[in-house]
Amino acid sequence: MAEREQKRRNAPSRTETKVEEEPAPPSPRGEKLKADLDDLLDEIDEVLEDNAEEFVRNYVQKGGQ
Amino acid sequence: MAIPKVCGIETEYGIHATGPDANPVTASSVLVNAYASEVDRRTGWDFEDETPEKDARGYAREGAMPPMVETHLANTVLTNGARYYVDHAHPEYSTPECIDPLELVCHDKAGEEIIRRSMVAASNLPTSPVVIAYKNNSDGKGNSYGCHENYLMDRSVPFANVVAGVIPHFVTRQIFAGAGKVGTETTSFGGEQVRYQISQRAEFFEEMVGLETTLKRPIVNTRDEPHADPKRFRRLHVIVGDANLAEVATFLKVGTTSIVLAMIEDDMMPAKELHLADPVRAMHYVSADLSMSRALRAADGSTITALDIQWEIFAAARRYAKERGLEVIGDEAVGEMVLDRWEGVLHGLETDPSTLVHQIDWVAKRNLIEAYRDRHGCNWDDHRLAALDLQYHDLRPERSLFARLSMERLVSDEAVAEAVTEPPKRTRAWFRGRCLARWPNAVVTANWDSLVFDLGTDPLRRVPMMDPLKGTAEHTASLLEACDSPTELLDRLSS
Repeated sequence: MAEREQKRRNAPSRTETKVEEEPAPPSPRGEKLKADLDDLLDEIDEVLEDNAEEFVRNYVQKGGQ
Repeated sequence: MAIPKVCGIETEYGIHATGPDANPVTASSVLVNAYASEVDRRTGWDFEDETPEKDARGYAREGAMPPMVETHLANTVLTNGARYYVDHAHPEYSTPECIDPLELVCHDKAGEEIIRRSMVAASNLPTSPVVIAYKNNSDGKGNSYGCHENYLMDRSVPFANVVAGVIPHFVTRQIFAGAGKVGTETTSFGGEQVRYQISQRAEFFEEMVGLETTLKRPIVNTRDEPHADPKRFRRLHVIVGDANLAEVATFLKVGTTSIVLAMIEDDMMPAKELHLADPVRAMHYVSADLSMSRALRAADGSTITALDIQWEIFAAARRYAKERGLEVIGDEAVGEMVLDRWEGVLHGLETDPSTLVHQIDWVAKRNLIEAYRDRHGCNWDDHRLAALDLQYHDLRPERSLFARLSMERLVSDEAVAEAVTEPPKRTRAWFRGRCLARWPNAVVTANWDSLVFDLGTDPLRRVPMMDPLKGTAEHTASLLEACDSPTELLDRLSS
C-alpha cells in the first residue's frame, strides 16, 4: 500500500500546483449549500407527488437490460 | 493501434402509466408511436444483422441466457440518426454514432428532449394512459434497466486485454459517474446498512465477464455484435453505467472511458498494476462508500482505494495524451477538456465532494436529500426520501428535481434542439439521417450498418455502411446534394 501511495503522490501528471494556482472557488460549506437549497425546499412540497408512500410503492418496473 | 472512439449511448427509460390499459409495454409503445406520428417517421428497423447472442470470447457459457431480439414492438429511426423503440417494457433511445464525448452529451440530452416531446404528444391522444418517463436505472424494488454505452474498437486487440484494462475503470468510475440512490435493493451488501449509495446500478452486478444483460449482469459484457465490418471493428458494449442527467457526469463517463480504451489499444493502460482481487465485490463496496477511502484488495495482496485507482488511470491518461495526443477520441481540444475535468473532479472528490454539487448526479442528489432531512427531521427509511430520489429523474419539467438544481451545462439548449433532428456530421449517422430526412418514403428500413431503399422497382436495394467513419457529411454531402432522387443516389453509389 505504501508503495502505491508513493507512486500516486509522485505521479507527474497530477498537477497539484496547477490546481492550487487556480483561484480556489470559495469552498462551499455544507451549511451554505443547504441555505442555497432553501428556496427549493420551500416549494418542494408543491412539486413532490402528493402521497409519497403510494407514489414510491406504485413505481414498479419490469426488469430490463 | 488506437482507432477513433466513435461512441453512443442507449437508455432504457423507467416508465409509469396510469389509466385504463396502463401496462408498461403499451405505455412505451404509446410514447414511441406518438412521437413517430408527430414527426411523421415511418421508417422501421431492419433486424437483418442483429446477433446479440454472439460472444466476444468466441463461445457462450452453458446455460447462458442470450438476449432475445424483439421484432414486433414499436421501432423507428429518426432523422438525427437515432433509434427510438420499445425494449423489455421500456422506451429506449439509442443515440446516433457520435465522434467525441461532447457531441454525445448533446445527443444524449436530445434523447431526453425527445422523450419529453413524446410525453406531450401522448397526452394529446384521446384515449391513451397518462405516461411519465424517468431517466434512472432501478425501481428501488430490485428491478434494474440499463443505460449502455458503445465504443468502436480495433478488432485486432485481444479481448482479454480489453477485459483486464477496463475492469479497474468500470469498478471505480462510478465515483463521478454514479447517479446516486437511497438505500439498497439487492443482497449484495450482505445485510450491511446502506443509507445512500453512489451508483444506481452497481449492486446489480454479479459476474466479471459474460454475455447476459438482464440477469447475472457482468462488469464486462461480451456481446460481439459490431454493427460494422467484423474483420476490422469491435463494438464494446458497456452495461455498468448509470443513466446520468448531469452533463458533466455523462461527459466524464464517456470521455474517460474513450481514453482508457485508446490506451488499451496502444498497450498503455496500467492494467496489471490495478488488477483487483475481487472486482465484483469491489464494485459494490465503492458504491456504498461515500468517503471513497475504503481499501480494496488488489490481486497482488496490497490495498488501494477507488480514488487512488482513478488517480492512477488519470496519470496514465496524461502520459498518453502527451505521447500520442487525443485526436483519437474525436477532437484534441475535447480530449484536453476531459483531462481537465477529470482532474478537477477527482480533486473535488478527494478534498470536498460538496464542491461538485452542480456537476455530478450523486453529489447533487445527496445534497438535496440531506437538506430535506435536516428540515423535516426524517429518517432514512422515510418514503419522502425515496420519492425525492425518484423525482430527481422525472423528465417532466414541472416535476423534475434535477431541473431545479442549477446544474452546470456543457451544451446549449440550441445545440440540443438541433440534435433532436440533425445527425452528427462526422460519422455514418449523417448519411442515415440525411437520407431519412430527404426521402422518407423511399427508405423502408434502416439499421446501424445499412439502409434499405424501395425505389418502386423490384427488388429492394440495400446500401451497406460497414465503416462507422464513412458516410460523413464530408464524404457524402455533395453527393446527396447532387442527387434529385433516391434512384439517382443508388445509381451513383453502385457505379
